Amino acid sequence: MPKKRLSVIDADRCVGCQSCMFACTRRLGFGGVSKSAIHVSSVGGIERGFSVRVCRACQDPPCVHLCPEKALLPRDVGGVTLHKDKCTGCKKCLEGCILGAISWDYEENHPIICIYCGYCAQYCPYEVIELQEMMADEF
Amino acid sequence: MSSDTPLSRVLFINLSSWSFHTEERPDLFQERLGGAGAAIRLLEECCPQGADPLGPENPIIFSVGVATALFPLASKCVAMFKSPLTGNLGESHAGGRTAVAIRSAGYGAIVITGKASHPVYLSITKDGVAFRDARALWGTGRSDTAARIIRSKDGTPGTRTILRIGRAGENLVRYASVTSETYRHFGRMGLGAVFGSKKLKAVLISGDNIIEVSDRKRYRDLYDRLYDQVTRSPLMQKYHEIGTPVNVKSLSAMGSLPVKNLTEQRLEGSDQLSGEEFARLFLSRRVACSHCPVSCIHIGQIRIPYPNDPYFYKTIPVSYDYELIYALGFMLGVSDPTDVLNLIDIIEQTGVDAMSAGVCAAWATEAMIHGLIDEQMTGGIRLSFGDAKQYLAFFESLARQKGEFYQNLGKGVSFAASVYGGDEYALAFGKNEMAGYHTGPAAYIGYICGARHSHLDNAGYSVDQKPTEKFPETPEKIAEELYEEEAYRQILSGLVVCFFARGLYTREIIQEVLSVCGISMTIEELDALGRTILAEKYRFKVREGFSLEPDSVPIPKRILELPSGRGGIEEEVIRRGVARYKELLENKTSE
Repeated sequence: MPKKRLSVIDADRCVGCQSCMFACTRRLGFGGVSKSAIHVSSVGGIERGFSVRVCRACQDPPCVHLCPEKALLPRDVGGVTLHKDKCTGCKKCLEGCILGAISWDYEENHPIICIYCGYCAQYCPYEVIELQEMMADEF
Repeated sequence: MSSDTPLSRVLFINLSSWSFHTEERPDLFQERLGGAGAAIRLLEECCPQGADPLGPENPIIFSVGVATALFPLASKCVAMFKSPLTGNLGESHAGGRTAVAIRSAGYGAIVITGKASHPVYLSITKDGVAFRDARALWGTGRSDTAARIIRSKDGTPGTRTILRIGRAGENLVRYASVTSETYRHFGRMGLGAVFGSKKLKAVLISGDNIIEVSDRKRYRDLYDRLYDQVTRSPLMQKYHEIGTPVNVKSLSAMGSLPVKNLTEQRLEGSDQLSGEEFARLFLSRRVACSHCPVSCIHIGQIRIPYPNDPYFYKTIPVSYDYELIYALGFMLGVSDPTDVLNLIDIIEQTGVDAMSAGVCAAWATEAMIHGLIDEQMTGGIRLSFGDAKQYLAFFESLARQKGEFYQNLGKGVSFAASVYGGDEYALAFGKNEMAGYHTGPAAYIGYICGARHSHLDNAGYSVDQKPTEKFPETPEKIAEELYEEEAYRQILSGLVVCFFARGLYTREIIQEVLSVCGISMTIEELDALGRTILAEKYRFKVREGFSLEPDSVPIPKRILELPSGRGGIEEEVIRRGVARYKELLENKTSE
């Protein structure tokens, strides 16, 4: 199985349309953005540009270490997998990700974790994000 | 998060009593699609006949549509209120993140009435409304300061909207605007003054609802077809690359771009005012509204030296569009693009509608040339076409509203001309200052009869630019074409889809969109709804004293004197077109 992760190629090209966020929630069949694992917001006002926060599939993911229930487990192909049945909703992963790449599903009370499917990247009109193959020394 | 399907909830806020409640109104959204269809019904219900537009009883209505947060370019929010500029229907649309935020907070519409005892801002979520003290924000020099402070205190970055006014709104300039997300505006017809009259400095809305659809697979399939067209077809290209100023060159070459209060057909030395030149010289970033991949918002950077401080500069980002280049460049005879960007910046800082302010300044310049007003009245400002420095000072004084002259001009160019004279060159229609299209008779019939007296109501400028063989044969036929277009645009304003996507959202596509939203309508029903909404707007206007009778429709002589892009315009052509438009509106209204 190819080892892939989502990468922010060039946040300076981001126009803030949030098509990626809508895509991530639409993947599940809903409108809106609240089930999205990718997050675009301005850097202190739209005039200054945007930050794009995605899970970068850390080699040694802090969220795995922070999860007391082993609900977040490292994937052998990079990144992490959420096992919802084990998650108690303690939010330690949410607080511990310094990238802010984890958001929260308040309806189901568990973290929203990127599954590295690349659906969002298909809807980025400006090549800001891309699903990339990881190099051999990256995992 | 929770789901909100079907869209039905209306949030009512009373600033006098600091209270709020919600009502379920599925009729506004299932039968009328939301947006303008919902807003006009709420305006009829909530605005008492003869209400003072600046009184507590005037409602501010924001509404979104059934396609909001579901489909690309369904990215606009409708605002409706009684206009303090025209005294009747106030309607303005804006993008930014407002529409998505309102729907994500679980509301289809928000109605704000009353008047706060001191300046406040509202923080709206699905749980209700917090009334926050805004006394410290009132009177801040730049209106973006308020947004910066609120942003640091409230809401979730990325999924919130912040609407705010500047000093012009606080001081009740009747064409003050409301700004959303720094660069988008409820610009026209004075929503900013209505905010100011209620001591409402800003509104923040944030939410995280998901939206259910009738069929998930069909939703994704339809979305993909629309998205593909938006991003790949040439339909959107002009908005996408150069932005709206792409039209400057061609309209200017035709003599359709008003220059110096419509006294000249061409502006000498204006080569650098084109979209292409703005892009070459200043374009630094492109920005989009939420859920619109087009990114038509073009931001230019200007570097300004501090005059008495060597090696000290500030760099300011300014969003430029066709209408701003018209109103603050061509109309004022300002040909240097850096000057135009500086003028746009002061318009943004003070929070006033650029088109109305530009037309007022152009009228004042000519009135000064003719000796109707003098420097004593303007506080020492000597207006002269092309003198950007004087215009900067003028707009600052306009926002301050100090002195009788600025207070009169703050009521619109028609009012100012009624006091000082010069009505033959006071370029307003239905008391709304004209947009930048001196293209021919269709544009003027459109301004006069359109519900908002806006170029966007029915795109008369576009009819004027048709080749002769396709141009309507009679004034009556012009009116019929414009009326049909305006009726169709009511459907787009229901959903609420950006007019830039009008080529994409055909009636057939709209039917499919509605089906995914769980609404079944035939094309005939859709068309009937468009005409009904338009008739309701007209009925509201007539209720508030508006009339399309010839005696009530002044036509400034100036537009008949200077040849348009389509040649000289005859008054009779305009009058016949208006008479036919009136007939069409009234036939429908009496049904």
